[in-house]
Amino acid sequence: MIISVASGKGGTGKTTVATNLAVALGPDVQVLDCDVEEPNAHLFLQPAFTGMEAVMVMVPAVDEAKCTYCRKCAEICRFRAIAVLGETILTFPELCHSCGGCVEVCPEDAVYETSRKVGVVEWGTGKGQTAFVHGRLRVSEAMSPPLIKKVRSFARPSGLTIIDAPPGTSCPVIASVKDADFVVMVTEPTPFGLHDLKLGVEAVRLLGLPCGLVINRSDIGNDEVWRYAEAENLPILMEMPFDRGIAEAYSRGEMVVERFPEWREKFVDLYGRITQLVEKGGRK
Amino acid sequence: MKELVILSGKGGTGKTSLTAAFAAITENRVLCDADVDAADLHLLMAPTVKQETDFTGGGIAEIDPDRCSSCGRCLELCRFDAISDDFVVDPIACEGCGVCVDLCPEQAIDFPIQTCGQWFISDTRFGPMVHARLGIAEENSGKLVALVRQEARKLAEARNLDLILTDGPPGVGCPVIASLGGATALLIVAEPTVSGIHDMGRAADLAAHFKVPAMVCVNKYDLNPDQTGAVEALCRERGIAFVGRIPFDPVFTKAMVYGKTVFEYNSDAEINSAVRRLWETIAASPEMNPA
Repeated sequence: MIISVASGKGGTGKTTVATNLAVALGPDVQVLDCDVEEPNAHLFLQPAFTGMEAVMVMVPAVDEAKCTYCRKCAEICRFRAIAVLGETILTFPELCHSCGGCVEVCPEDAVYETSRKVGVVEWGTGKGQTAFVHGRLRVSEAMSPPLIKKVRSFARPSGLTIIDAPPGTSCPVIASVKDADFVVMVTEPTPFGLHDLKLGVEAVRLLGLPCGLVINRSDIGNDEVWRYAEAENLPILMEMPFDRGIAEAYSRGEMVVERFPEWREKFVDLYGRITQLVEKGGRK
Repeated sequence: MKELVILSGKGGTGKTSLTAAFAAITENRVLCDADVDAADLHLLMAPTVKQETDFTGGGIAEIDPDRCSSCGRCLELCRFDAISDDFVVDPIACEGCGVCVDLCPEQAIDFPIQTCGQWFISDTRFGPMVHARLGIAEENSGKLVALVRQEARKLAEARNLDLILTDGPPGVGCPVIASLGGATALLIVAEPTVSGIHDMGRAADLAAHFKVPAMVCVNKYDLNPDQTGAVEALCRERGIAFVGRIPFDPVFTKAMVYGKTVFEYNSDAEINSAVRRLWETIAASPEMNPA
């Protein structure tokens, strides 16, 4: 089973929920940190990394000896990643989406594929014997989905996989929640939290995935999020009140379930609710 | 004209609340919400929309079954697994590269241009604001960010306003890169946590890569004074200006519930003098006043 932990708004507690859930249910739960722009789960799970792989994307290069400057490559490219100016051909690898159109269309076989590093994936074993994988986007690199897809390719065929997704609702989030069995949306009961939660829920529904809420810092803000959950028939799976002790432990990189063992059971219950909902969905 | 872009790397550190607070204590400014993916600044600014414009991105492939001969060429060409075996395009997986469109031997694939969001010019109690909404699951967030910033700049020029306050997106990827080119300076809002420091470091690396001057402040600094010290040490080590500390104060959340800035919610709050000092330091900084 794959559970993706997402949120819409950043800083609501995705990483806290993903990592503590994994450790509470351990040993041997897999965690994939798909927030490759700002990966944080490793700061809490503190894995000993045992492997690393560079993640490459295909970008074009041009053999100018063969090029006749016919411009077919520039014409097919919707991303303006290749341009012909008179008898000069330029490529802009950072704009390239690796669609292969320029290579395909070149009548002279002058355009060929070469690769470019967008980041790395690293893996190892973290706290609670979690099987940990994350990606780190090379800073200055714009496109994270190829790296997210690579991290997800490590998902095991069986057992439990928990994905820590990036914030927002655009392509990196879609890449991180797509094909999950369940999406946990972590929110906080504030106007910003609710506004971005609604966007996140829309995205999850667009993909046709079941989801439920974890309300973090549940005693701040107002009660609008509960009304929204009721109106939208979204199950509330867990509530975590604001606790300065938890916030301080988080600031030092400590796990909630280790520092406050009473939370272990609550995360186990959270998983119980998720499996119930997944099974119910499967029977429909 | 100057533009300060407020970033953080990590989400939820207080970018939007601080941007709104700065709006309340500055003059002759344009507000710009460059977090088009999960825009929140409007919740505090209550903008009255004066102009709404569709944002069109690229096309999405659409196979016409009547013209399709099921030859399979598009399946062979598509690098994004966006075409099913029975020749239906998944619009979410489609990257909009148009390769199948151009190379279909039957010319059976259309490429309708997508409306993937709207952008707005609005009035607020703090002056004009440019903001946007990107459709759910849409691509092109970088392009929309570049567009709202460009429109904010035009507006500032047309109305003779000399400051743009831009609320940036989280992360370090495509929309963030689009939000910092050409800015006068960046303010990176860090929080005193292991994640906050890690992510602030990557945001600072990004600023250095694109050669945009950056400053750092710590929000909720008293949650962990040791980690706040670590942020300051990191700034010294890297030669980044450290411009202030804001204490943890639930007044930020309370003000947000009422759709107000902290200054409007409680003009006596201790937090106000910290935010005001932060702004004065930024306004007088060499980063915001390039030679």
